[in-house]
Amino acid sequence: MLQTGPFPAVAIRDVTLNYFTPERETLALSNVSLDVAKGEFVAIVGSSGCGKSTLLTLVSGLLTPSRGSIQVDGIEVKAPSPRVGYMFQKDTLLDWRSIIDNVLLGAELLGLDRRRARQRAEELLKRYGLGEFMHSLPSQLSGGMRQRAALARTLCCEPELLLLDEPFSALDYQTRLALSDEIAAILSAEGKTVVLVTHDIGEAISMADRVIVMSRRPGRIKSEHKIAFPSFGAKRPTPFEARKCAEFPQYFQTIWDELDLHEVH
Amino acid sequence: MGTEAIAQSVASDRPAERPAAKPVARSPGYDSYLRALRRRALSIQAWQFGLVAGFLVLWEIAPRAGWINPMLTSYPSAVARTFMTMLQDGTLATHTWVTVSETVGGFGGGMLLGLACAVALWWSPYLYKVLDPFIVVLNAIPKIALVPIFYIWLGDVASIYAMAIAVSVFVTILMLYTGFQAIDPDKIKLARLFGGSRRQILYKIVLPGSVPTIISALKVNVGLALVGVVVGEFQAAKAGLGYLITYGSQIFQMNLVMTAIVVLAVISSLLFVIIQTVEAIMLRRHGAPR
Repeated sequence: MLQTGPFPAVAIRDVTLNYFTPERETLALSNVSLDVAKGEFVAIVGSSGCGKSTLLTLVSGLLTPSRGSIQVDGIEVKAPSPRVGYMFQKDTLLDWRSIIDNVLLGAELLGLDRRRARQRAEELLKRYGLGEFMHSLPSQLSGGMRQRAALARTLCCEPELLLLDEPFSALDYQTRLALSDEIAAILSAEGKTVVLVTHDIGEAISMADRVIVMSRRPGRIKSEHKIAFPSFGAKRPTPFEARKCAEFPQYFQTIWDELDLHEVH
Repeated sequence: MGTEAIAQSVASDRPAERPAAKPVARSPGYDSYLRALRRRALSIQAWQFGLVAGFLVLWEIAPRAGWINPMLTSYPSAVARTFMTMLQDGTLATHTWVTVSETVGGFGGGMLLGLACAVALWWSPYLYKVLDPFIVVLNAIPKIALVPIFYIWLGDVASIYAMAIAVSVFVTILMLYTGFQAIDPDKIKLARLFGGSRRQILYKIVLPGSVPTIISALKVNVGLALVGVVVGEFQAAKAGLGYLITYGSQIFQMNLVMTAIVVLAVISSLLFVIIQTVEAIMLRRHGAPR
């Protein structure tokens, strides 16, 4: 599944980020380096305020690092690019637009070919079980359906790299488990490169090929763990199955210990 | 009051917005609940009607019985006669039309000017920082104090529009700007991630997302514009309901004053109903939860 091209999908090199407020200067990230291979699913975990979401914003191009460089597919990131898709914690659907019009927002803003985008949007919505809700308003959909619509909106512009910023944390537990299974299946079928930021260790282990642990501010990479479930066999288990594998609690314990969560008040 | 009564009063606060569910088999309990609901609604209407009727009767009797001086209050019957005469000779229509057109013009002007200013302030946070204290102070000035100045500067017609705009524009700016700031930052981030320009963010996210705020501003302003117009007419006008009120009080014709006030009450209710209808339509089209 992992392709070895000339460039990694994401190359983060010695990235440092300071940000300023009138009260203080904050060192949010300090010398972070990370490579993500094409088709790889990497999860970044860390306690809140460790800068993991900031790192994602840097990769998206909305922020520029104070020092260091970030490349996506060998090209320096300077501004947001349609090759990178982003999903938020909230679905951020626009309440006044129908689901299909929400999915088409990206194409509209990017000035893409309307008819092609519409075709793809309809196809995606049908595939995600939202076919009959295309012309409904977001307020008529459940939380899980809304987040699936948000995924369709992200994928409609055919990004190669997906940045997921705690996309399940606003959902209730059952929906979260079901939706992470669905989204993992969709993303692995599409062969996308994914960077997931989460504070949920179980979610990270069950979905990712590799888990990166970040320290508290200033955020640095503390350790990384390749995730594999040999007890399940050669195939990758779905997130739900992964949670039942023998290796799962071991990974969980190791990462839990590294996060030092008990020191957080 | 038992919990049941409370539950009923809560339920009756939501009138027939939802289409009634398909009739299944109603239980006797549900039937009696519906009957109680209808009784309650009827008794409320009866009270409202009774209060108006009682007020009119008292107003008619009190001067006749010598409890109050009829010179000061007139009678409902006399007001009704004046109303009918003025309706027949067309003077009422003329004055009402003057006031309504001034109100609508001032209201529209205040809204458009306020919207344009709020957009400018949203566009440039620096401009907002510079102008913020001035807007707050201008909003706090009692605009009625400006009536004589406007009259001297702008003359008898333009000063009335200026008054209606002055009364409503600063509130509009502050309300709309606050509404623009309250748009979910993640939605703006989303548009920026798709390469959206500031202009696109304004048209696709901020303005459509502020429709509920714009409607509340409309609701506030329609009342304020009417106040501005009537006050402006007190000073400046040769026609209009505000003029009728000043004229009537100067010649001690309470019938005239009361008639004008009644018409003003009707106008403001009508304007409010219109805005409410607009609100219902816009909010439904805007994805408010049903």
